Amino acid sequence: MIEAVGLTKRYGAKTAVHNLSFQVRPGAVTGFLGPNGSGKSTTMRMILGLDMPTSGHVTIGGHPFRNLPNAPRQVGALLDAKAVHGGRSARLHLLSLAQLAGIPARRVDEVLGVVGLQDVAKRRSKGFSLGMGQRLGIAAALLGDPQVLLFDEPVNGLDPEGILWVRNLMKQLAAEGRTVFVSSHLMSEMALTADHLIVIGRGQLLADMSVQDFISTNSADFARVRTPDTAPEGREKLTAALVEAGGQVLAEPDGALRVTGVPLPRISDLAHDADVRLWELSPHQASLEEAYMRMTQGAVDYRSTVDQRAGLQPADPYGYGPGAPAPQGWAPPAGNPYPALAGERPNPYAQPMPPQAVPQAAPGYPSAPASQGMPPAPAVPPVAPAPPSTPPPGAAPAGPADLTKRDSEDAR
Amino acid sequence: MAVATQVLQSEWTKIKSVRSTVWTLGLAVVVTVALGALISALSKNDFDKLSTEDRINFDPTFTSFAGMGLGQLAMIVFGVLVVSNEYSTGMIRTSLAAVPQRGTFLFSKIAVATLLALAIGMITSFVAFFVGQSMLGEHKASLGDPGVLRAVIGGGLYMTLITVFSMGVATMLRSPMLSLGILMPFFFLVSSILGNVSATKKVGQYLPDQAGHKVMQVVTVGDDAPYGPWGGFTIMVLWVVAALIGAYALLRKRDA
Repeated sequence: MIEAVGLTKRYGAKTAVHNLSFQVRPGAVTGFLGPNGSGKSTTMRMILGLDMPTSGHVTIGGHPFRNLPNAPRQVGALLDAKAVHGGRSARLHLLSLAQLAGIPARRVDEVLGVVGLQDVAKRRSKGFSLGMGQRLGIAAALLGDPQVLLFDEPVNGLDPEGILWVRNLMKQLAAEGRTVFVSSHLMSEMALTADHLIVIGRGQLLADMSVQDFISTNSADFARVRTPDTAPEGREKLTAALVEAGGQVLAEPDGALRVTGVPLPRISDLAHDADVRLWELSPHQASLEEAYMRMTQGAVDYRSTVDQRAGLQPADPYGYGPGAPAPQGWAPPAGNPYPALAGERPNPYAQPMPPQAVPQAAPGYPSAPASQGMPPAPAVPPVAPAPPSTPPPGAAPAGPADLTKRDSEDAR
Repeated sequence: MAVATQVLQSEWTKIKSVRSTVWTLGLAVVVTVALGALISALSKNDFDKLSTEDRINFDPTFTSFAGMGLGQLAMIVFGVLVVSNEYSTGMIRTSLAAVPQRGTFLFSKIAVATLLALAIGMITSFVAFFVGQSMLGEHKASLGDPGVLRAVIGGGLYMTLITVFSMGVATMLRSPMLSLGILMPFFFLVSSILGNVSATKKVGQYLPDQAGHKVMQVVTVGDDAPYGPWGGFTIMVLWVVAALIGAYALLRKRDA
């Protein structure tokens, strides 16, 4: 059992962790999620007594780490897989750690077997791949056969087989009644591994609940509705009807509508009443990744901006020409300008459309990508990537040119 | 105390399992002995050309230690690496998570490296002395001469203390580059410049290496230092203790 109460850590003016309180219970894998720089590692270091909290405290089994009797036999940690002297062999590295904790040397060979490094035990760890390094770090955490285990990003650099192995190892350790606390920024991985989630962003607690609760609380299921491209007025009619019925409608860049708050049969009825034909009416369930993105989008520290490549490329009459990479966040695979969501199949109906089919970007609604944690489309592009001329209709590949056009329309 | 024994064992494993240990300590022995032998041989050839005053001041023991100025740099590298490897690799977090008693960890770690440095320092000092004396021929000193045994043992202690001082400084600075960048030029250049310029001589002779050299000298005619061999040695010990106190204070309160 790990218990943090009001944990706060400031480095000068920057607050890394703010008033964090949570409990990590035994017998379950607890995922510790947050974007890069959200304070996960700082929290882990405070749990291990390496960093002193500015205020608040954290205990393991009721004791602050530094007062734990025989700490390495009770708590095992993988903080940084690269924290190994490259000139030392894997076996001697583990042996030195075992001796430090008063653990008999034969245990070293046991854990080397557990992580599958027995054949390279005598090799200097300098030549290890990232995945082998992770295995070595996990071996070090298992040395003392501890009841409490902390892993900071244990699957980084592992191959699919290694990821599966780590997943099963975590579950097995939890099934043995141990406390397993695993940090990650990969929601999809935690969805498969963890039973319970603690999500932080900018050092503050965003969620502390079971995986199931997390999904149902944070995800918004929606329906995707597509009206015929040939009749844009039908689309507006339907949008109005849906909004009137209490739904929320978001226009997607490829011309589809994303509808929340109205059940599918009712959407169909409304369309029928409005005399609008539908090309698509499909239910979509938000994945854990989406729920996570939705939750943390406001707490992302490092966000990419559009790479303007000013001066690097010859002037392109089509703005983002066919060869030019589209800006981050908008990057549409050719043919489907709307990025496929995690856990969702590419939409077969999402065909390229002529620019005139572009929605008049329903003003007042947030642009669709912002709702997924992607960089929000700037209403006014920072340095207007405005194409020198409006793309001639039908000439440019639909997606990117559309977006550019829409951006400039939003700006008005 | 059990914890201290565990750290000692672990540190011994760490020290002997990296190649830098063999390289730095081996280099210290070879450089000190070889350079001492060379200078001794040259001194023997030049002895007849020396002035009377220089002949009176001639210290065969200290001459055979002429290589220590260079050899100590290898000991400094050893001391710095033992400590700062923990920081540059990030092992320090693993180590301190295993041994939350930071004082026990630090001093046990330093103790292991110090014992090894002492053994190597003594070997270096005695070998340098005997090789150097054999080069000096009829001008040689013998261990039985007054003050000579003290000087040879002092040479081993000097090498040890320089290593411990480096470990203290490296613990405070953490970065190997920063530690070496400060310690190497200081002991190789700055200290001897300060000690030889008359204006700064008074300050220079209280620096750890200048004061520590005293215990390695047998003939001290014309030396105006206000302390004797063991006085100088004590000054050096004080420097080392100060470095260790600083290291402990910082390690204790700093985030790892």
